[in-house]
Amino acid sequence: MANTISDETIEYVGILAKLELSDEEKENAKKDMESMLDYIDKLNELDTTGVEPMSHVFPVQNVFREDVVENGDGSSATLANAPESRDNAFVVPVTVEA
Amino acid sequence: MSILDMTAVGLAKAIRAGEATAVEAMEAVIAQIEKTEKELNCYVTFDKEAALERAREAQKKIEAGELTGPLAGVPVSIKDNMCTEGIKTTCSSKILENFVPTFSSEAVKNLEKAGAVLIGKTNMDEFAMGSTTETSAYGATKNPWNTAHVPGGSSGGAAASVAASECFFALGSDTGGSIRQPASYCGVVGMKPTYGTVSRYGLIAYGSSLDQIGPLAKDVTDCATILEVISSYDKKDSTSVKREDTNFTEALVDDVAGMKIGIPRDYLGEGLDEEVKNAILAAAKKLEEKGAIVEEFDLSLVEYAIPAYYVIASAEASSNLARFDGVKYGYRTKEYEGLHNMYKKTRSEGFGAEVKRRIMLGSFVLSSGYYDAYYLKALRTKALIKQAFDRAFEKYDVILGPAAPTTAPELGKSLSDPIKMYLGDIYTISVNLAGLPGITVPCGVDQSGLPIGLQLIGDCFKEKNIIRAAYAYEQSREFEKCPLGEA
Repeated sequence: MANTISDETIEYVGILAKLELSDEEKENAKKDMESMLDYIDKLNELDTTGVEPMSHVFPVQNVFREDVVENGDGSSATLANAPESRDNAFVVPVTVEA
Repeated sequence: MSILDMTAVGLAKAIRAGEATAVEAMEAVIAQIEKTEKELNCYVTFDKEAALERAREAQKKIEAGELTGPLAGVPVSIKDNMCTEGIKTTCSSKILENFVPTFSSEAVKNLEKAGAVLIGKTNMDEFAMGSTTETSAYGATKNPWNTAHVPGGSSGGAAASVAASECFFALGSDTGGSIRQPASYCGVVGMKPTYGTVSRYGLIAYGSSLDQIGPLAKDVTDCATILEVISSYDKKDSTSVKREDTNFTEALVDDVAGMKIGIPRDYLGEGLDEEVKNAILAAAKKLEEKGAIVEEFDLSLVEYAIPAYYVIASAEASSNLARFDGVKYGYRTKEYEGLHNMYKKTRSEGFGAEVKRRIMLGSFVLSSGYYDAYYLKALRTKALIKQAFDRAFEKYDVILGPAAPTTAPELGKSLSDPIKMYLGDIYTISVNLAGLPGITVPCGVDQSGLPIGLQLIGDCFKEKNIIRAAYAYEQSREFEKCPLGEA
């Protein structure tokens, strides 16, 4: 079965992925995804009725700890990596209009 | 004999005995890097003075009796997806071109505790997505055996640096074969331990349920020693496993009498190069001569591992790579209108084509309406693959096969057809899906002189079986030495 990816789907996936693709990239992405999905459809040959999805090979549980600060104040070292910072905070574009 | 001919364990011994120093070892590595690096491009970040300074520090501590670990004074290269405090860590991506971590990954810390001295950060496929090291934003790495060929990937810089004696050993990471396949292409030993054995803390995530850190080294003894050092339970990694026995070097015994070894018939069929097949079967024969019981069997489901892997790994990658948004670290686009446009432009300019391809695929398979059909289907397939291995390990101690269907392809021949490139991972990928340990050992060269790798796979937590088999095999033959690795 050949998969067809519509312009709308590529547009939508671009929004989910937070990627802005050029027209050429979009066309390539469509082709790539169609051929990957055709290939992935091979999994449909397998009867997986009643098989539990396995996200981890071992039974893993969430690891909890007490809500106590264990590390020191690393804010200035951390902010040194920020593209833009001011007053001990990350600077981002305006997100809420006044 | 040049100091560069020593193994990591051999060098540590010489340093302990006062026959060599950490500084001499680092100087030898630097001389080698200056000789071959222009051609090979193993390193993304290498600061000669800083490396020498670390070696001097280490030597002082060794002489003062403060540094006594099994790798004290031995120079190591680290794949550029492991955070190193104060040293740039790029994941071979433009989006992290200026990222300097404020902490080191747990595996690197464990190495430093054991006395290893960091040389620099090795090149890789961008975010470990690729099988050739050609998707790096900082240029491809070349195979030291033949520079017209790729070193494999994604730990291509790591494998090439070991083969070319640009380090004494390397740390890599393996999500679908990224240690074992380049080790095989570069004629070195590479090992991925059981999932959860080495902490992933500070390893920049690609596919979290599949990623494991492991060693690339000159021989099996080095590999076992390094793995012993980096294995640890770490509460900072929620999937870290508390293991009772990580004394892997105990398995360095030249004895496979009675060991049951299975060769999956499915690994010897279509697509496998004839020369690779012959070398693998000859290696199996060697182990049989040493007393192992070797037989062929049907593993089944092999052809479903790759499609399942690409769904799962891409899904996890699309989620893991959401953190690269131009706010907290890394690249930010120069011009933008508002927050969302900044995110989108930053990511579109910062990520390369293969990374975008996988983020798109991952976002799609997780999206509403497709989640069950693709993502859950892949997780169900994973469960079946695990069961197939469980059945195999009821009968066998070790599964033996090739690491890759061919020897290293030529540069520039792989990226144009992604699915064909993905098929190259067919023998390594299911090991990650099932969380198993795997090791690759060189087992000869093909007619054009490129190395062939033998892969040995063990059941979960049974590293000792594959180390023992690999060691016994290694004792049975002389290894070809990489021509560019000569000092």
